Amino acid sequence: MIRLENVTKQYDTNAGRRTVLDNVTITIQPGEHVGILGRNGAGKSTLVRIISGAEPPTSGTVERSMSVSWPLAFTGGFHTTMTGADNLRFICRIYGVDFHERLQFVKDFSELGSFLYEPVGIYSSGMRARLAFAISMTIDFDCYLIDEVIAVGDESFRDKCRVELFEKRKDKAMLIVSHSHRYLKGNCDRFLLFRDGKVEEHTDFDEVYYLYKVMLGEAPQR
Amino acid sequence: MPNDGAPADAPGGLTQAWQVQRRVLGALLLREMLTRYGRNNIGFMWLFVEPMLFTLVITALWSATRQIHGSSIPITAFALTGYSSILMWRNMPGRCIGALKSNMPLLYHRQVKILDVYIARVTLEFAAATISFVLLGLILWGAELLQPPEDSIQVLWGWLMLAWFGAGLAFTLGGLSERFDLVDKLWPPMSYILFPLSGAAFLVDALPRSAQEIVLYLPMLHAVEYIRDGYFGSQFIAHHDLDYLLGANMLLSVSGLSLIRQIGLEAGEQ
Repeated sequence: MIRLENVTKQYDTNAGRRTVLDNVTITIQPGEHVGILGRNGAGKSTLVRIISGAEPPTSGTVERSMSVSWPLAFTGGFHTTMTGADNLRFICRIYGVDFHERLQFVKDFSELGSFLYEPVGIYSSGMRARLAFAISMTIDFDCYLIDEVIAVGDESFRDKCRVELFEKRKDKAMLIVSHSHRYLKGNCDRFLLFRDGKVEEHTDFDEVYYLYKVMLGEAPQR
Repeated sequence: MPNDGAPADAPGGLTQAWQVQRRVLGALLLREMLTRYGRNNIGFMWLFVEPMLFTLVITALWSATRQIHGSSIPITAFALTGYSSILMWRNMPGRCIGALKSNMPLLYHRQVKILDVYIARVTLEFAAATISFVLLGLILWGAELLQPPEDSIQVLWGWLMLAWFGAGLAFTLGGLSERFDLVDKLWPPMSYILFPLSGAAFLVDALPRSAQEIVLYLPMLHAVEYIRDGYFGSQFIAHHDLDYLLGANMLLSVSGLSLIRQIGLEAGEQ
């Protein structure tokens, strides 16, 4: 279980103190799939970082009794002068898992071919995302953080990602940040709508999506 | 893919914590080596070849010009001990200042702690300076340009004390640099000023008494004098106070570790 209690996050900006999350309390149970909606800058990614432990809340508590992944397809953790294979080797080392078996998986999955032995710095952004997704799938977690992952690759690669995530790992907890109607609707049991630092809980997708569209100022059509 | 039964970062006992710690440090060390030296030409051997080249050039230069006038001290040993010491206390802070900025994304892996990043960098610099010092000592000895140390244990002890000083200084300046950008800008000129004062190019005994008192405020100078005392102590009068160095080391360690701890707390480490 992951439990955030009265979590507030503020950042100091040039325009003064900005509250991104305002007294947020949420619980994620094992196996639950939670969709997150909100405008750009509403605090979705901040929430992901706080849950992953990469950033502390300004106030409030975070309790984790599940292992939590890094944000899926997160490419910021790569060292650009190291090859894709060396980056994978580093991840395997810190998690204490066997490298060779996982290299084979990443090779097959990422379809990067010989680029796997080139520095990540020369990869296109699509290639980086493919490598990141493949590496994310090599370590087992109880809860996966998925931040806008669907932009990865072409149709067939996206399909492979879907199988890996939502079929093979469907019993794992997931936190999915997305703007995509199709993606959220089929895959989530619960939804969180971000608005002015507050979080609203919803269970009905059509309702939350309607509210989201209204929030964006797009003409609602039901 | 299963992680050998255990969840990715399940909390465990002390033994397991130690295992994780070793694993993370090992991984960081190899990562540092790969990113700094790559796999091309002689690869990670640059780790000690680079400082060796530096030291060799300086040693050759000083030997050729006989910098210390009318003295009978062995110039090769003088240059080797002097420049090797510089490498230690100057490069450790140099690698730790601003070290976190480029390593921040690693904190997404919860088993990586901020202190690990600093320890890995300091360890690598220690290895580089030590291998360079020992190898050059052996090579110059083989070429009959250098006598072996009179007291190897004392040299080793001085070397370790100097390493401790370098690590404490590196932790402190590294921690400060995350708080004040100025540290990043001020350390290069600072180290440049300290270079001639730190004893690399002079023996304390050769200075006038008033100057001796001033330069002996520098803790690393005591380490350099102590190392030289062990190397060719019968040839000159050494001035050192290891208790003073020990005090400085402990002070720097405490300040460095607490600064890093503070950054860790702000970044959400428990």
